[in-house]
Amino acid sequence: MASKLNLDPKKVDHARSSARKIAESMQEFIDRHTTVSTERTILRLLGVDGIDEVETPLPNVVIDQILDAGGLPRGVAYWMGNAMIHTGKEPQEIAEMMSRGELNITELPLASAKEAEDKIMPKVMEALKVIRAQTEKRNNYLATIGEGKRPYLYVIVATGNIYEDVVQAQAAARQGADIIAVIRTTAQSLLDYVPFGPTTEGFGGTYATQENFKIMRKALDEVGEEVGRYIRLCNYSSGMCMPEIAAMGAIERLDVMLNDALYGILFRDINMQRTLVDQYFSRVIIGYCDIIFNSGEDNYLTTDDAYENAHTVLASQLINEQFAVLANVKEEQMGLGHAFEMDPDIENGFLYELSQAVMAREIFPKAPLKYMPPTKYMTGNIFKGNVQDALFNMIAIWSGQSLQLLGMLTEAIHTPHMHDRYLAIENAQYIFNNMRDLGSEVYFKEGGIIQTRAQETLEKADELLAEIVGEGLFSTIEQGKFGGVKRPRDGGKGLAGVCVKDDEYFNPFIPLMLGGAE
Amino acid sequence: MADKTAVAQIDLTKVKPYGDTLNDGMTEVAFTLPVPYGDEASEAAKILAKKMGLDEPNVVYSKAMTPEYTFFVVYGKCQHMVDYTTIKVAKVEIDVMDRLECAEYIKDNIKRPVVIVGASTGTDAHTVGIDAIMNMKGFHGHFGLERFEGIEAYNLGSQVPNEELIAKAKKLNADAILVSQTVTQKDIHIENLTNMVELLEAEGMRDKVILVCGGPRISHELAQELGYDAGFGQHKYAEDVASFVLTEIVKRNMI
Repeated sequence: MASKLNLDPKKVDHARSSARKIAESMQEFIDRHTTVSTERTILRLLGVDGIDEVETPLPNVVIDQILDAGGLPRGVAYWMGNAMIHTGKEPQEIAEMMSRGELNITELPLASAKEAEDKIMPKVMEALKVIRAQTEKRNNYLATIGEGKRPYLYVIVATGNIYEDVVQAQAAARQGADIIAVIRTTAQSLLDYVPFGPTTEGFGGTYATQENFKIMRKALDEVGEEVGRYIRLCNYSSGMCMPEIAAMGAIERLDVMLNDALYGILFRDINMQRTLVDQYFSRVIIGYCDIIFNSGEDNYLTTDDAYENAHTVLASQLINEQFAVLANVKEEQMGLGHAFEMDPDIENGFLYELSQAVMAREIFPKAPLKYMPPTKYMTGNIFKGNVQDALFNMIAIWSGQSLQLLGMLTEAIHTPHMHDRYLAIENAQYIFNNMRDLGSEVYFKEGGIIQTRAQETLEKADELLAEIVGEGLFSTIEQGKFGGVKRPRDGGKGLAGVCVKDDEYFNPFIPLMLGGAE
Repeated sequence: MADKTAVAQIDLTKVKPYGDTLNDGMTEVAFTLPVPYGDEASEAAKILAKKMGLDEPNVVYSKAMTPEYTFFVVYGKCQHMVDYTTIKVAKVEIDVMDRLECAEYIKDNIKRPVVIVGASTGTDAHTVGIDAIMNMKGFHGHFGLERFEGIEAYNLGSQVPNEELIAKAKKLNADAILVSQTVTQKDIHIENLTNMVELLEAEGMRDKVILVCGGPRISHELAQELGYDAGFGQHKYAEDVASFVLTEIVKRNMI
């Protein structure tokens, strides 16, 4: 298809190849390291779950003991395999023994890495089977009850109580929502563990726990069967426990997960080394089980100017795409993010927003782009807010966005009430239906405002990427080139949980998942 | 005839909502009731509107949200009046400067970087408050202190012991310390905030820093009672805190 924006395909290729180089140079770093959360993820996949008497999750109990004994560079898969050989017990039982102080996992006789890996492999295959079964169940739902039209209507629930969230989520699905995101409680992203069990108290959201995932999954399957549409479930594979939550999402059949190391670095002050290593394993898991990941470029536009720095969004999308390629995530799972966040007082602002959205569509033709609503310039004037959301919806249908996080007229006031969500869905449904094929009917004036803007943005993104190739991603972030936020390489939270792997290290899941093992 | 067409005089001792005629009381409300859609639902909305003080309530729209919930838009004539002339609102007596004005103010009056250290202290795991004030992203479209030119902001996060916060402030030679308290069960925040003041006094630092606390249950009044220079509650943003700290630096001649 010819570019409506008259974008130079050579320039797109050049920008993409710069992004590829950036991702590859980071991958060399990633491949040499592991983290406490990456290791805890292996335990979760091996079926280790539950908490000890002071409510520390067992994956943390095990990894903390190994870390304290200096055994982290060898990796938990080795230690667990070795312990299975010597105790004849399952990983869960071994973890329980460790929590009771009955076993010192690093002081057992040492089998070879090969022997440990052989021992653990049946447990690994069992985990993959569970995940595959969930992926098949999703495919079966999509083949039988089907799904909503794109852009999917994507709404959030955030009551803090998972059971109240269920009421709100089912109501939203009946009103027409296609994706329900359960917003996490404030500050969960900074916890270096995943809480356990169903939760009824959160602050501005609900804890992401495996039990909460299970409760919401069941509720959405029920309402999906009732309304005749598969309802996707979204949560956050981000923060300090990125890969652990990806594993929980794979096991409990989440469909969409926010997953973006750059977001954690810039907006949660998580250490960049830690989170880039974590992101890799989480994306390998996500890629393996057909979850759509969402990247967080939209957030740059809440701290940086959406008009001035639109090119940083495109540059980051290209980097995120290449990170995903290295984790074997299919293009159809790349929910790259962008947003409608320009100052509504800009003359012709709608044209610039349209230009940006069409450009993202053209550069990432198969990606399920995630389009985020106005938040920064929402004022509490709910009546104007509904108009701002309408303009946002018009651009989405015009430019063929995929995952439409619906704007709420009460944005900047409170987390959505039941009828706020209804009004948002009504707004989107009206516009999507009424303007369905506008995009294929309309071309843009050659050399006009819309074309010129997209060409300039691409040009600047290409230049920025070339600069990053020269300087490296770490120092680019240190200089504050994304979102206007500076973060030091050794600063932020979680660096203590990063270590260099030793020669015997293995993570049995990565090669199998990358290879798409059955 | 002339009397009937004249516009009525506004009486500020008896103010009520205005639609298109003075004192018509016209008010719109929208809400959801946990009842199934139907005539009974609309009647329930009307009865409720009357109890809210709306005469002649008119349910102009209703819609089922889900089988057990119905949404309403209701118009009515408000019966209540307010005496505007007797209203007094207590305010923090500073001129709030926006982010750019703060930068100018630092450049013109302080002429050096201003160091602000903050944390959510004690057992409080909530960072929402301190993040809203300090982190780049800020809150509700109000950028945080990290984004302010001329301010070096250090957000230590949550569950920071008072001792650690003080040690950090000392090391950085901080101009101001921000203490965030979100959890207030059993008045734990009072205990923790008081302990902070005592520790600072013991260190001989209390007069050398501007001490500010904040949180959803914190008022300026409470803060001063506990020995803080200021307290910031809901709907206060980085610019409010920054404006206070900067003017206080100049006022106390801490330049």
